[in-house]
Amino acid sequence: MKLNESRDIAADRSAVWQALLSADVLKECVPGCEEMTGSPEEGFEATVVQKVGPVKAKFKGAVTLTDVVEGESCVISGEGKGGAAGFAKGGAKVVLEDIPGGTRLTYDVDAKVGGKLAQLGSRIIDGFARKMADQFFDRFQQTVEGPAEETVAEAAEAPAEEGEKKKGWLKRIISS
Amino acid sequence: MPKDGGIGASTKRREDVRFLTGKGRYTDDINLQNQTYAWFVRSDIAHGTIQNIDTSDAESMDGVVKIFTSKDFEAAGGIPCGWQVTDRFGQPMQEPKHPILAEGKVRHVGDPIAVVVAETLEQARDAAEAIDIDIDELEPVLDMKAAIQDGATKVHDDLTSNLCYDWGFVEENREAVDEAIKNAHHVTTLELVNNRLCANPMEPRVAVADYSQANDEYTLYTTSQNPHVIRLLMGAFVLSIPEHKLRVVAPDVGGGFGSKIYHYAEEAFVTHASKIVGRPVKWTSTRSEAFISDAHGRDHVTKIELAMDENHKFTAVRTDTYANMGAYLSTFAPSIPTWLHGTLMAGNYTTPLVYVNVKAVFTNTVPVDAYRGAGRPEATFQLERVVDKAAREIGMDPAELRRLNFIKPDQFPYDTPVAVTYDTGNYHATLDKGLEMVDYANFDARVAESKARGKLRGLGLAHFIEACGIAPSNLVGQLGARAGLYESATVRVNATGSISVMTGSHSHGQGHETSFAQVVAEMIGIDASQVDIVHGDTSKTPMGMGTYGSRSIAVGGSAMVRATEKIINKAKKIAAHLMEASEGDIELKDGQFTVAGTDKSVAWGDVTLAAYVPHNYPLEEIEPGLEETAFYDPSNFTYPSGAYICEVEVDPDTGKVDVLGFIAADDFGNVINPMIVEGQVHGGVAQGIGQAMLENTVFDENGQLLSGSFMDYAMPRASDMPMFDVDHSCQTPCTHNPLGVKGCGEAGAIGSPPAVVNAVIDALQRGGYDVDHIDMPVSPSRVWEAMNK
Repeated sequence: MKLNESRDIAADRSAVWQALLSADVLKECVPGCEEMTGSPEEGFEATVVQKVGPVKAKFKGAVTLTDVVEGESCVISGEGKGGAAGFAKGGAKVVLEDIPGGTRLTYDVDAKVGGKLAQLGSRIIDGFARKMADQFFDRFQQTVEGPAEETVAEAAEAPAEEGEKKKGWLKRIISS
Repeated sequence: MPKDGGIGASTKRREDVRFLTGKGRYTDDINLQNQTYAWFVRSDIAHGTIQNIDTSDAESMDGVVKIFTSKDFEAAGGIPCGWQVTDRFGQPMQEPKHPILAEGKVRHVGDPIAVVVAETLEQARDAAEAIDIDIDELEPVLDMKAAIQDGATKVHDDLTSNLCYDWGFVEENREAVDEAIKNAHHVTTLELVNNRLCANPMEPRVAVADYSQANDEYTLYTTSQNPHVIRLLMGAFVLSIPEHKLRVVAPDVGGGFGSKIYHYAEEAFVTHASKIVGRPVKWTSTRSEAFISDAHGRDHVTKIELAMDENHKFTAVRTDTYANMGAYLSTFAPSIPTWLHGTLMAGNYTTPLVYVNVKAVFTNTVPVDAYRGAGRPEATFQLERVVDKAAREIGMDPAELRRLNFIKPDQFPYDTPVAVTYDTGNYHATLDKGLEMVDYANFDARVAESKARGKLRGLGLAHFIEACGIAPSNLVGQLGARAGLYESATVRVNATGSISVMTGSHSHGQGHETSFAQVVAEMIGIDASQVDIVHGDTSKTPMGMGTYGSRSIAVGGSAMVRATEKIINKAKKIAAHLMEASEGDIELKDGQFTVAGTDKSVAWGDVTLAAYVPHNYPLEEIEPGLEETAFYDPSNFTYPSGAYICEVEVDPDTGKVDVLGFIAADDFGNVINPMIVEGQVHGGVAQGIGQAMLENTVFDENGQLLSGSFMDYAMPRASDMPMFDVDHSCQTPCTHNPLGVKGCGEAGAIGSPPAVVNAVIDALQRGGYDVDHIDMPVSPSRVWEAMNK
């Protein structure tokens, strides 16, 4: 499962970078995250509860940051063990660049699952991973940009994203 | 005329009374006092090194009796392989250790690592969740051709490579075949994949073991097709338990299709664990677990070339096959792509030169072994597909090309160039019968009728041969079998004349309790209700090899006939004594012994009573009692054959294929119970259509099984099937077994896949599409893609 997208965040690059390295922000943004402790240097410990198709599981795992280029890019890797449900692991190469009015965040995600998750959930895993990534960066964007700011712009953006998602889904059906 | 009992009667299956009323007693129905429950922790990684197994949290959890890892099995042997194949250079195959629980490495998703034994199943499962296993992932070995390249990651570090063997057959013909193909008038080449299948019997595997400290005896109840084989393999090679201290019972078994032949780690685990924990241990597979722990079937990648001369006579066949063994060698795995596959590559034809090359490869996938047909479907599929393709290339009717190359009825017994001798057959008769049944002459009208509705109609023909009645011991011994393949029966006549037959065959859907009783009843001339068939318990039945390879009636039935003949001979001696006549004058008919040419007679029951109450008995000549055992080892395989014809309609807009009709015209030799035979063919054809149209086992690039549930693995349903039209009136009885039978259990699954694919290709070509092959399953997307490439 691979996906590659970008989004523009109305905050400067150092603010975005700081947020990426914050356990609190990550906890806020990882969908289903119950616990997140640690630091960028030591790595993070996370507990995430998620339901993939018929399989619901509590994943315990580690999140590490590698290939860190201060303020520019890093690879966020996570590996979660879900007990009988199997495992999920993935990495996102995140690149930040300055754009007028903020920062463009590009992410290149490679995720895989194993065990019962693959056995029972493989049909829906692509859509699931996309949803997870979308939710994560939606929340991340909101967290970084702040809640009250430019609600009009956000509202305008949301339906556009919905449309994009739908197109992606339809495209997948047709091309598979 | 159909009879209402005995051989040739469509007697209703007596076992169905209990099966259809929910009164069957399966292994999971067995619950022993004080029993514990086992839950297996399995690898969810295809290939990796085990760094650590931390059971400390789990051990203190409620209800946990003991947690086992490979350390608890250091004294045990590995799961043995029952067949050693010698490669084309004269070297034995590479044979890795197959531990009961993973030692150091995991090699496929589903490889068992640890087991929790607990008071309840739920507690075992909960504790299993708390076991922390740290595995360093290694690159998974998945693609067979890449796996045997130099420098490829190895599944087993102690082997020289991932190549189990490189087998050539007949190796002496290699150059002659190459030469014949080089000089041929026409060569047809086909590359194909024989898709990996999961057997998916209705009843998952279960094992319950009970160790008795009082007499140091073990009892294992297990879902097996051959309890004696399990007792021998597990006792002698894995756990070092002598046979007299180990009883293996396979009670009612809900389908096997090959997947319950093998000795599995779970059986050895519960048997050993029962002694360690001092209580019975039970394991019941979940359906998810079955997908990743039952041996899979097929999985060949093949290139076949068929050479013919200017008169369209086949001159040579050359094949090149990669056969997936999975991560370990399952019990009979090495024999499937070799001796059960290469020996059938002559098919029904007089092709003088055949060379079969098979490279068996280890991969990080579930082990692969026999599945209904086992090697013979793979042989039949490629041969009947390439013959069909050849006919289309030279513009000849596929039926006519086959007829031209068939072995003729007067050529039997026929020595093939691939080591086997077909004793009897009449392929022209079955082909003619099939074409008559399908109304071949009027097919064009049906094509036009479909076309008028916007559909493409096609007809596919396949004519199969199989080698059944898997035996003879001296032959299979030369071919590498590490066991004999005879069968046994004990016929115990009770004092009042009723009979218990203890057979080494095992019924898990085949209806032996009915058909075997018909044979004995017919021989003695008593009602079949007087005969009971006992099977599936090593403490009751003589050493027998079980049921697979369509061998039960041909080998097990023959053993039963031999034992019954001994009974009749002895009973005649007793009858002669009772009637003060000469033994040579005694005749047995309809359960009455008579003295030839007189009106003197004694009934069967009088004789049997005399045997057990020997007040007036020839004690100086024969012993009292009436019980005989026979072991039967035939001199050859049996060779059922038949014409399978499929008619399909393809929707050109969607690529969806509908199977409109299916015809099976089989030659099974003599038939004991036509209704049971018909049912066997129905089941086999349904599985064959399943393989051709629906079923596929898919691993992703990490070795994760993606088709691991009934949501993802498309099992055939009744609505996918047409009405079957089945005939077995063409009969050339087997010449070397006393019943003249050939076996019918696998035929349906062997003959049907090529018939289906040939029909789809026929439909597309008639519709003007340039498509000459589609791999199974011929799903709508594959058909549509082929049409729109």
